[in-house]
Amino acid sequence: MIEFTPRKIQSSFWAILSPIISIGITIFIGSLIFKMLSYPVMESLYQVFVSPFSRPDRIADIFVKACPLIIIGLGLIFCFKANIWNIGAEGQFILGTLCAGSFALLFPETKTYMLLFSMFIIGFIGGAIWASIPAILKVRLNVNEILVSLMLVYVAMLFIDFIVRGPLRDPMSFGFPLSKVYPDGAIISKVDFPFIGFLGQFHYGIFIILILCPLIWLFINKTLPGFQIKIFGSSTKASEFAGFNKNKITFYVLLVSGGLSGVAGVVEVSANMGRLQPEVSFGYGFTAIIVAFLGRLNPYGVVIAGIIIATAKLGADNAQMVLGIPKVVTGIFEGMLLFFLLAGETIQKYKISIRKDN
Amino acid sequence: MYKNFLKIITFLSILVSPFLYTSAYAKTKVGFVYLTTPGDHGWTYAHELGKQMVKKEFGNDVEISIVENVPEGPDATRVIRELAKQGNQIIFTTSFGYMEPTLKVAKEFPNVKFEHMTGYKRTKNVATGNIRFYEGRYVQGVVAGLMTKTNKIGYIGAYPISEVIMGINAFAQGLRSVNKKATISVIWANTWYDPVKEADAAKVHIAEGADILAQHTDSPAMLQIAEKNGALGFGQSTDMGAFAPKAQLFASVNNWGPYYIKKIKQLKDGKWNTGDGPDHWAGNTWGGLSTNMLTLSSFSNMPSDVAKKAQEAHDGIKSGKLKIFAGPLKTNDGKEIIGAGKTLDDGALWGMNYYLEGVTGKVPK
Repeated sequence: MIEFTPRKIQSSFWAILSPIISIGITIFIGSLIFKMLSYPVMESLYQVFVSPFSRPDRIADIFVKACPLIIIGLGLIFCFKANIWNIGAEGQFILGTLCAGSFALLFPETKTYMLLFSMFIIGFIGGAIWASIPAILKVRLNVNEILVSLMLVYVAMLFIDFIVRGPLRDPMSFGFPLSKVYPDGAIISKVDFPFIGFLGQFHYGIFIILILCPLIWLFINKTLPGFQIKIFGSSTKASEFAGFNKNKITFYVLLVSGGLSGVAGVVEVSANMGRLQPEVSFGYGFTAIIVAFLGRLNPYGVVIAGIIIATAKLGADNAQMVLGIPKVVTGIFEGMLLFFLLAGETIQKYKISIRKDN
Repeated sequence: MYKNFLKIITFLSILVSPFLYTSAYAKTKVGFVYLTTPGDHGWTYAHELGKQMVKKEFGNDVEISIVENVPEGPDATRVIRELAKQGNQIIFTTSFGYMEPTLKVAKEFPNVKFEHMTGYKRTKNVATGNIRFYEGRYVQGVVAGLMTKTNKIGYIGAYPISEVIMGINAFAQGLRSVNKKATISVIWANTWYDPVKEADAAKVHIAEGADILAQHTDSPAMLQIAEKNGALGFGQSTDMGAFAPKAQLFASVNNWGPYYIKKIKQLKDGKWNTGDGPDHWAGNTWGGLSTNMLTLSSFSNMPSDVAKKAQEAHDGIKSGKLKIFAGPLKTNDGKEIIGAGKTLDDGALWGMNYYLEGVTGKVPK
């Protein structure tokens, strides 16, 4: 039997070195794979790892791709720190988008600045309501929140499908399940950089991360509720002795996490699609779970993790465009990168020993 | 020493590679954006075959980049823009959902030509391409009408949009040209590609007594179910005979190659255009049997007299003698669309939101 014992002293030297080694191993094994499939090794590595940084607009697009992942991931920190397993961020993302989008389409006359502002509030509430269902069931009936939140993803998918096919379908869409285009006030515009102009799809919504990230760091590390979450997560009993209200914590971590997923949806759809369609999320809610863990449940870590994942995706696209490497091959790369990064972290935190069973 | 050598090479290749991509001037650079992978054996595979025909036709005169599995959202915009930035001179975006992303990027790159399948919005540098799929469906209807024993035809549609509805109606016209008793019932899968849902729909049709199945979705799942249950059916987009050797009567095969080749030739000769005529719906490229953009795979699993009838229908459409939507036409609830002696024009086809006689039920609104 393999045993994991937490290391008493965690070396900060290894904490920094372990991700570097992980990336090194990924590159090494990846090169072997490219070699085996007879793709040019250096060129392939360049496309996967370096090309996403090779032009300003490509770098901008990394942030665009990472934006929804980071916002959802920031919300998930709350849940995962408290040992509450919210797997349904995808559904909360969809519901937040749907609520905010419906508002924009039904009240297009709202004053411009009020419209977008209201959409953020409504998106947050929409996501929070969706997350409150597993919260209520967990608190009242002790139902497993993993199952409930996951299953609600599929409910949300079918719900938005129904809405854009029926009530909100654009009569001019020739029967395609698409809503009307949002009014101008509901669109998050692209950033027009002075002297440079537009960079890829880079939009104002990305700046939300700059506000959210330090705020959440302060909340988790410097406030009492943040402290409660951490204690609750590491030991339920200890937090009960301390008199923390278990139900209240469960409830609000889920609400915050769901709400932020909803906000991510508002940003993504208002900036990039400008209308509702049956598919508004492309697995962001699930990928964000990886982002949250890869970022070690630290807000700044989540930002970096989001950028790493986005880079891998963009690199995969470039590799296909330039060298014709299919996405299944670059997918292996992504998988290896995650595996080694998480394995490195585990080895750094735990001592692993093999013990014979009695 | 060897280690350092590798390092230097890495460093140099990183420095140099951005310049490598801009040097290939003589070749025409062509980009393709795929919705799924060619492994779908349907829609995207048909485009892949078209791409291979381009390669064969132009050889080293073209340089082709493809990106597969591009979701119809922000990723599409980024990928299309990236293809434009990398110097592709003509970019084929092969799914309806790429319409807005294509238009968005086209605005930023006025010198790059875009060909979007199968949308309806065109601008100075965005042309559209489509296939008259419905022509093949008429022939399917003829075969179905002659082969059915239960007089029940099961039809699986993707979405209730005019393109799919005109296919159902063309099928009904073919069916009723040989068999007035048979009827078509339609199940909407609400997806273009989902083998599980398509298989479920096929099972429902068979359970309700249908012995001939037709589809306007992309996977071979329906035919596989037909094969297992002793029913017959038609393949979609590509020849699916390998998946159902005993069930496939024939397949309507999308042949994008000639269209791709035509447009790339036009570009090379400096004659590329969107061909926007007075008839907006006809677009510049809407080819069918007569231009070989639609072909039928070989007729199988049917007696030779049925195959002969099918061939006659095929030849009639190809030569233009047989008009599929010739009056008198009536909807299935008795409203007259056009009288005798008239034929529906292309615009009317794109406005179809009704079923013709022979189809049961109503178009979902």
